[in-house]
Amino acid sequence: MSKENGVIYRISGPVVTAVGISPRMYEVVRVGNEGLMGEVIELHGDQSVIQVYEETSGVRPGEPVVRTGQTLSVQLGPGLLTKIYDGIQRPLPELEKTMGVFIKRGVDADGLDLEKIWDFNATSKKGDSVSSGDILGTVQETKTIEHKVMVPPGVSGKIKDIKSGDFNVTQTVCTLEDGTEIQMMQKWPVRTPRPFTKKHAPEVPLQTGQRILDFLFPLAKGGTAGIPGPFGSGKTVTQQQLAKWSDADIVVYIGCGERGNEMTEVLDEFPHLMDPKTGEALMNRTTMIANTSNMPVAAREASVYTGITIAEYFRDMGYDVALMADSTSRWAEAMREISSRLEEMPGEEGYPAYLSSRLAEFYERAGRVETLAGGDGSVSVIGAVSPPGGDISEPVSQGTLRIVKVFWGLDAGLARQRHFPAINWLNSYSLYPPSLDQWYRDNIKSDFPEIRTEISALLQVEAELQEIVQLVGSDALPVDQQLTLEVARMIREFFLQQNAFHDVDTYSDLKLQYNMAKAILSFQEESKKAIAGGAALEDVVNIPARTDLMRGRFESGYEDKIDEMLEAMNKQIADTMEAN
Amino acid sequence: MTGKEYRTITDVKGPLVFLNKTEPVAFGEIVELRLTDGTLKNGQVLDTSDDQVIVQVFEGTASIDKQTGIKFLGDVFKLPVSTDMIGRILDGAGRPRDGGPAIVADEMADIIGAAINPYSRQSPSSFIQTGISAIDACTSLVRGQKLPIFSASGLPHNDIALQIARQAKLVGSDDDFVVVFCAMGITAEEYNFFVHDLERTGALENACLFVNLADDPAVERLITPRLALTAAEYLAFEHDYHVLVIYTDMTNYCESLRQIGAAREEVPGRRGYPGYMYTDLAMLYERAGLVKGKKGSITQFPILTMPGDDITHPIPDLSGYITEGQIVISRELHQKGIYPPINVLPSLSRLMNAGIGDGKTREDHKSVSDQLYAAYAQGRELRGLVAIVGEDALNERDLQLLKFADIFENQFLRQSRDEDRSIGEGTLDYAWELLSNIDTKYLVRLDQKWIDKYHPTEKKE
Ligand SMILES: Nc1ncnc2c1ncn2[C@@H]1O[C@H](COP(=O)(O)OP(=O)(O)O)[C@@H](O)[C@H]1O
Ligand SMILES: [Mg+2]
Repeated sequence: MSKENGVIYRISGPVVTAVGISPRMYEVVRVGNEGLMGEVIELHGDQSVIQVYEETSGVRPGEPVVRTGQTLSVQLGPGLLTKIYDGIQRPLPELEKTMGVFIKRGVDADGLDLEKIWDFNATSKKGDSVSSGDILGTVQETKTIEHKVMVPPGVSGKIKDIKSGDFNVTQTVCTLEDGTEIQMMQKWPVRTPRPFTKKHAPEVPLQTGQRILDFLFPLAKGGTAGIPGPFGSGKTVTQQQLAKWSDADIVVYIGCGERGNEMTEVLDEFPHLMDPKTGEALMNRTTMIANTSNMPVAAREASVYTGITIAEYFRDMGYDVALMADSTSRWAEAMREISSRLEEMPGEEGYPAYLSSRLAEFYERAGRVETLAGGDGSVSVIGAVSPPGGDISEPVSQGTLRIVKVFWGLDAGLARQRHFPAINWLNSYSLYPPSLDQWYRDNIKSDFPEIRTEISALLQVEAELQEIVQLVGSDALPVDQQLTLEVARMIREFFLQQNAFHDVDTYSDLKLQYNMAKAILSFQEESKKAIAGGAALEDVVNIPARTDLMRGRFESGYEDKIDEMLEAMNKQIADTMEAN
Repeated sequence: MTGKEYRTITDVKGPLVFLNKTEPVAFGEIVELRLTDGTLKNGQVLDTSDDQVIVQVFEGTASIDKQTGIKFLGDVFKLPVSTDMIGRILDGAGRPRDGGPAIVADEMADIIGAAINPYSRQSPSSFIQTGISAIDACTSLVRGQKLPIFSASGLPHNDIALQIARQAKLVGSDDDFVVVFCAMGITAEEYNFFVHDLERTGALENACLFVNLADDPAVERLITPRLALTAAEYLAFEHDYHVLVIYTDMTNYCESLRQIGAAREEVPGRRGYPGYMYTDLAMLYERAGLVKGKKGSITQFPILTMPGDDITHPIPDLSGYITEGQIVISRELHQKGIYPPINVLPSLSRLMNAGIGDGKTREDHKSVSDQLYAAYAQGRELRGLVAIVGEDALNERDLQLLKFADIFENQFLRQSRDEDRSIGEGTLDYAWELLSNIDTKYLVRLDQKWIDKYHPTEKKE
């Protein structure tokens, strides 16, 4: 028979060894006189090794360790949205209430508000046969999101009793004939993926409003993307742009081992930013997990699992969820730190040998699925990676790139020139276009894929020409190649560059992106004609209408004006012929 | 607590002492070691179990033998704090170094410092004018930011730090900064340079110094910045001060960290530094900021010297991943005789956007700064090209950009050590004047409305 109470034998930072208990792997235990929360991560002999989610200084050998019988789980139900949690789903505002502005320890807090009353609207009825994942009813969780109350995994039967009305999350809203009582809140162990019926191939793009992402390197709903880059290259800004503007229904934003102020910024900004789709505050669809760099590393390790479990839960309701993890490298480092305290045999660069399988398991929880209820839901995962020295030959970057289907490679050189987003267009890639192209043809324009190909081709040609320019200067090139360089410059400065902090330019919808790309190609076309007709390149390039067209993107209403501006540009190009 | 004295040392390795069978000792507990000649040393528990305790000795393990008595003091490291610390010079362990009396504690503060709840933070957004154009225009500093200086040996980072400390002000406010200065392993000469300057300007009376010099115990350096930040937190969050923490040199701090890791035979991370160095540094840097409901603030200026001028070295690299930007000092500019030799291209202030613009600095600030960057970056790149193909091969646009790079360095960057430029006239207007050396059609980062309003020759009035 397993004993319930043991004592601490050893403390080494976040890792505590206990004797006298025989818990299960991954069981949650309470450590020390203050009852610090911990999770069993290794059993050997009569020793249980525990990673502790709170600071351990002051804790002594001999203090008690108590089993809880539970594995690390999150509480799921109405009240997740608009919240900010730490890595183990303690709501940060609650922590502030009980301990002030500095996070102290030994305090428990429920992930959901257990008192809050919700208006439950039953959509199933007495006599219905229901099983895991089926939707019993709905709750208007925020202004824009309707929460679907589901039958918890593993439960099924005939409904004996269900009623609409006011309930808190622990009150029974539905009883099955076998006596099973169902509440709005369910619990799920974070390290176990939630079940679904089957995975589908992604075929709809996640629209982000970021031109270089949407147009050249798109992510699919249910897809995976990695953003590696050195510090200051734009990982966080890109992630935040995605959290703001991507057309997901739900956003889960994990600040994993990064800066406190970046989370505060999101908290300050999101309630005031308008979702272009619903016209309501973006906060309505957002859940945040903040386990910053100076918060306990074990909770940092848990934070990505907490986040993805919440994401899967909303997916199961039939929503498209986008999850951002900034930064997965800090998660990997937390694994490394714990592993080294366990004195495990290190793999590459001190990371544990299981690093790449953990990364793979995590990204594998993304996907577009048929839910248990028969609906269509997705989790898209976008992970920032912070390679030491910006060199992506290291294990976390490599482990990530082996799995993800989109690589947005950030480039320190571009960031230095303030070319933002500093995504390198030559080495980034997306494997999704073949499965998304039909969608673009049907929903944007029939030649969308061809236009994209032309734009990428021009950038490739530019790179080759630049090598020659480095040797002989641009004036030595034939005039048609000089024009190509001008066109490519226009792609970079007018199309790829996009200032996240500019009120208007921060977001472009796909239709506008297409029109801007067309305008560039039209400039190329018309200029070629004009030059063939005797115009000087210098004159063609310097027409004021082109500058107007380019600067126009900073003004609101650009999408309505661009056609007119394009016409003006083409006319001025034609006029340069007469001037000669 | 009057603990029992143990004489159970089994091993001594580097800065670590291992001992056997004790009372249950707390993780992080403070330890007093009494050597046979009566000398006292201090340490802290790094690992504790029923069988063995590992103690890190701040003053180093020289002269420790198996007869050394060890007493566990029952508590984690605490610093006596009080507003009387202002105007005082303390050593690297928090004891008076200026011959003055011991600090009478208003409170005993845990030096590890609990994390600020991210929900309780307030976003920093008040622009600090440093009077240095390169910083104010391109990497604007805000109150509550942590902005390190990435430098290298032989470069004037100390002059820049001091110039900032002297000139920093909030435009339109007379709140003064209190300086908390923390020296970690710097030379006596460097230290004197700081102290003399602070004395000369009267800033010393408004400062609190924690000093661990090159010949002070290396392990003590792991404590010194924690003491300084504990004092800073007390002054900022209990007494509403705006605190500017300057600490130098983070590189020495990291060396001490590496030494402990090696003594514990830990699996090292990159270049021998411990795998947890990121987290350890974060526990210092993240102690900057503003919190809701408190008037005070902590702004940090860590200085670090990049080994081998290499920005990808783990010390600058991990710092840059945590701090809110960096100011990079360039040997090339220094050799050209330019002060301050700030290379703005790799420099960054992540909080700049929140601190500039209409009502804070000026509406055109962002636009001007983007344009300065773009033009200077392209101009510098062209220098490389010109070296190969000569100026003749350049077109008009490139020629103008090339010339601008020199103008930028020689006029915009260059200023004297006591020149305090205002953000409007001194810095932004000056930037417009210099940018007007380039045709506006090449200035694609500037919104038309700012050209109409601020361009010296093309404005519409
Ligand atoms: N799309 C963008 N538009 C404008 N500025 C950007 C953009 N992306 C990054 N930046 C600039 O680069 C800085 C660093 O970006 P950040 O995302 O914080 O980098 P990282 O997370 O990679 O360290 C930001 O503070 C901002 O000034
Ligand atoms: Mg970041």
